[in-house]
Amino acid sequence: MQTNETKNAGVSGFFGRMIRKQVMIPLAALLLLFLFNLIMDPSFFKIELGYNSAGNPVLSGFLITILDSGSELAILAIGMTLVTAATGGQDISVGATTAIAGSVLLRVLCGTNSRPETLQAPIIVAFLAACVVAMLFGAFNGVLVAVFKIQPMIATLILYTAGRSIAAWINNNELPVVSDESLTYFGEFIPGIPIPTPFFIAVACMIVIGLVLKFTNLRLYTQAVGINENSSKLNGLNPVFIKILSFVILGLCVAVVGLIKVARISTINYSVIAKDIEMDAILAVALGGNALSGGKFNMTASIIGAYVIQCLTTTLYKFQVRSDALPAYKAIVVIVLVIVSAPVVREKFNAFMAKRKVKEAA
Amino acid sequence: MSKGFGSKIKNISDTNLLLTITIVVFFLMYIGAMIFQGEGFLKPQALFNILNANAALIILSCGMSIVMITGGIDISVGGVTALISMCCAVYLDKAGGNVAVSVLIAILIGLGFGLVQGFLVAYLEIQPFIVTLAGMFFARGMTTIVNTEPFNVSNEAFVALKNTRIIVPGMGSVNRLGNYVDAYVEIGVIVAILVVIVMFCVLKWTKLGRNFYAVGGNSQSALMLGINVKRTKFIAHLLCGVLAGIGGFVYFLHVGSGSPSHASGAEMNAIASSIIGGTMLTGGVGNIIGTFFGVLSLSTIQNIVSSAGLDQAWWTGITVAAMLCLFLVVQSVVMAVRKKGSVK
Repeated sequence: MQTNETKNAGVSGFFGRMIRKQVMIPLAALLLLFLFNLIMDPSFFKIELGYNSAGNPVLSGFLITILDSGSELAILAIGMTLVTAATGGQDISVGATTAIAGSVLLRVLCGTNSRPETLQAPIIVAFLAACVVAMLFGAFNGVLVAVFKIQPMIATLILYTAGRSIAAWINNNELPVVSDESLTYFGEFIPGIPIPTPFFIAVACMIVIGLVLKFTNLRLYTQAVGINENSSKLNGLNPVFIKILSFVILGLCVAVVGLIKVARISTINYSVIAKDIEMDAILAVALGGNALSGGKFNMTASIIGAYVIQCLTTTLYKFQVRSDALPAYKAIVVIVLVIVSAPVVREKFNAFMAKRKVKEAA
Repeated sequence: MSKGFGSKIKNISDTNLLLTITIVVFFLMYIGAMIFQGEGFLKPQALFNILNANAALIILSCGMSIVMITGGIDISVGGVTALISMCCAVYLDKAGGNVAVSVLIAILIGLGFGLVQGFLVAYLEIQPFIVTLAGMFFARGMTTIVNTEPFNVSNEAFVALKNTRIIVPGMGSVNRLGNYVDAYVEIGVIVAILVVIVMFCVLKWTKLGRNFYAVGGNSQSALMLGINVKRTKFIAHLLCGVLAGIGGFVYFLHVGSGSPSHASGAEMNAIASSIIGGTMLTGGVGNIIGTFFGVLSLSTIQNIVSSAGLDQAWWTGITVAAMLCLFLVVQSVVMAVRKKGSVK
């Protein structure tokens, strides 16, 4: 699957190498989905320039919807990829902690009054508070996983259960509504710019993580810990720190997602906000061709994977699938995906192909 | 004295040590509730009510424990329960079917999930968490596809079965009006207790049960001992699926309605109960009796929380999570200490 293993690949030169690149897995899926939509209904690709209720120019169309609502998923996929690579497990509490981050954000913005006329604090302060809280919860997960050696999915099950309750408790179970316009800039459109803001936020996050991976040892260390914890320790790394760090980074991603989610509707619904997003985030990582058992990772593939998932969701919505029935279809996709990428299946497939090759040669 | 006690503790197996902790915690908690809350908890019926409300959870947790003993996990049980409730409800109410067939439907659905998930986990070696996460979402999605609206079942035979109460002799109490009221349990409780006894025997005295522990403890050495590891894992998931089927029907019998939001978080409670009952996540350690007490501990603490006036919905979630967290950390620490001790 990796490029360097396939120098002597049978399929001719460049094309063969391209096909074996990890990025090709989500790209192929994306192509398949686009093809499906093209055949069923080409209006899927139509993009229109219109005006929203405030009179600002906005782009609309299914592709823009995918770019817009896929942002949260792409941001979460960044953190989830790191956690997956470092710990070999996934964080299933991201939806619940998003609720917490959003709740903190609103609490700081609104103060004690749930329907304030003006903002009680600048948005940046509220966002930083949300970041700190989300990172603390990330660190909590990280400590359980790294120090107490609890399986990541079980450790994060704790916040998965309690998270939404904690979020409700932060705001005394009230639903604060922000009437100030400036918050919506983060979730909808900035006046004059026709592309939705969440997309820019997602791109900013991608640039930051890209720079971090390029100029620091984060990638090397994370992969080392994920591949073999003991030998990374013998080589002078601190696996406990790296694991906690990956959860803290995920916490930061969660805070950004919380900001976008809250900004979209200027309020919060504790039981619905970011519902089932943990499933999508894990799916994005898996679709990116990353091993869910840790080790090597490809960030670009994960991010493309996230947009593929969003594309799938949008396609399903387009065909009038009800939102509460959506999980059933996605579950089928997950199962097909994991079966195809399962090592056992792959081995069998390779053995089968080798046999055929031998036959052809003879 | 401390030395003798210490060596005794070292001689207890991991399973029994964690089991002892659980049972002690449960009794302390229940006695504490009796002393501080009085009234409600003093009547035997309080205990029976906990059993009535949690019969299904006990059955689900048994299945969960078995899967966890083999080193896996199954988080689809809550979704399966909801799907079963909905299917049985639709069948009984809208198609006018009979109760016996609905039991069969329930078990078949559970069996189906067990078969597919077991195959994927055991023979294709996919992580159990991913498989059953997909199973959970599939079951939840299917539930709303079968029927979106929650509704009550009015099938006569079913309602009669639902309202059947089995009187427990000698445990009744005198109510406020001075009348003697018999203590009772529902049919589900009898089923749950039967399941606990059967599963306890299976785990303790059959070859299959021993294989579960061997595979969970160390699948490599189990393989070298000639145990069919894949088949054992497969059977564990199958068993969990069937128990989810039975548990799903018992749940349905208790609530008597179908709804997409039924049994939400049941998988979480089942995992928490198993862990509190001393089943180790790493596999190889666990006991059905512990799981039984785990369920009782969990529901007792929920009852205490709600009767202490903290009945806002969020407190239950937070307490369950806090308790789970506490027990996970305790397990981790106890095992770390014992490992150190055995190395010396």
